[in-house]
Amino acid sequence: MNLKTEEKNEIVVIYVKEERLDAHNSGDLKAEMQRLFQEGRKNVLVDLHEVRFIDSSGLGALVSGFKNAISNQGNLKLSSLQPQVKSMFELTRLHRVFEIYPSSAEALENF
Amino acid sequence: MGNKKLEVDIKVPNQTRYLSLIGKIGEDIAKELDKFNGDRETLAYHLNMVLTEAMANAIKYANAGDPERMVHICISISTDEILIKVFDTGQGFDINAIPAPNFDKLEDRGRGIYIIKSLMDKVSYRKHGKGNVLEMAKKLT
Repeated sequence: MNLKTEEKNEIVVIYVKEERLDAHNSGDLKAEMQRLFQEGRKNVLVDLHEVRFIDSSGLGALVSGFKNAISNQGNLKLSSLQPQVKSMFELTRLHRVFEIYPSSAEALENF
Repeated sequence: MGNKKLEVDIKVPNQTRYLSLIGKIGEDIAKELDKFNGDRETLAYHLNMVLTEAMANAIKYANAGDPERMVHICISISTDEILIKVFDTGQGFDINAIPAPNFDKLEDRGRGIYIIKSLMDKVSYRKHGKGNVLEMAKKLT
């Protein structure tokens, strides 16, 4: 899976550089978030700007990251969801769980 | 496509790398429908979604992750309905025994069947020959 990671003001931003986040590649994102929290990082932002399609495995990977954040006293936030991707968060009520920002810049101001 | 029935029959290896191919076929079918007055982009996304979920389910649970097996998918389109059948050759599962997700409890898994049931009008899973078939129908009118 193509992930680009940057650090800005002690916040790790993971840019998912894939059109699809599904059962084929979501395990990689899940592992990356787990690695960061286990390393002691506290603040992680996942930017989904390039993701046009997310399935239940992709949502599950993000839920796993969110739970990892909580158990490590950290924060996981999301940014730049495309409308169809956002509709899947709404269908599964996960928009009530995650803090979701329109852009990574806005998300970075809110950690 | 006129009033004729269109049928697309696909067999792909039991591997997640083929999910995007199958999803894309669903999207393209939605975009090619002649007589559909609804939101085409949304229908395309929903067909991509249910095909992806159904195939991922067949790979993981019904075909037990065996990469040598095949997943067989049949998509039939008539003027008023789209019917998708996903065949597997595994032990299967009881679709009615899968509970709806508990939205207050954060589980990593268990949203796939819920998504399929939410986006389609009729969903069933039953024994078929030596395996099983997941049938998902959506009205186009």
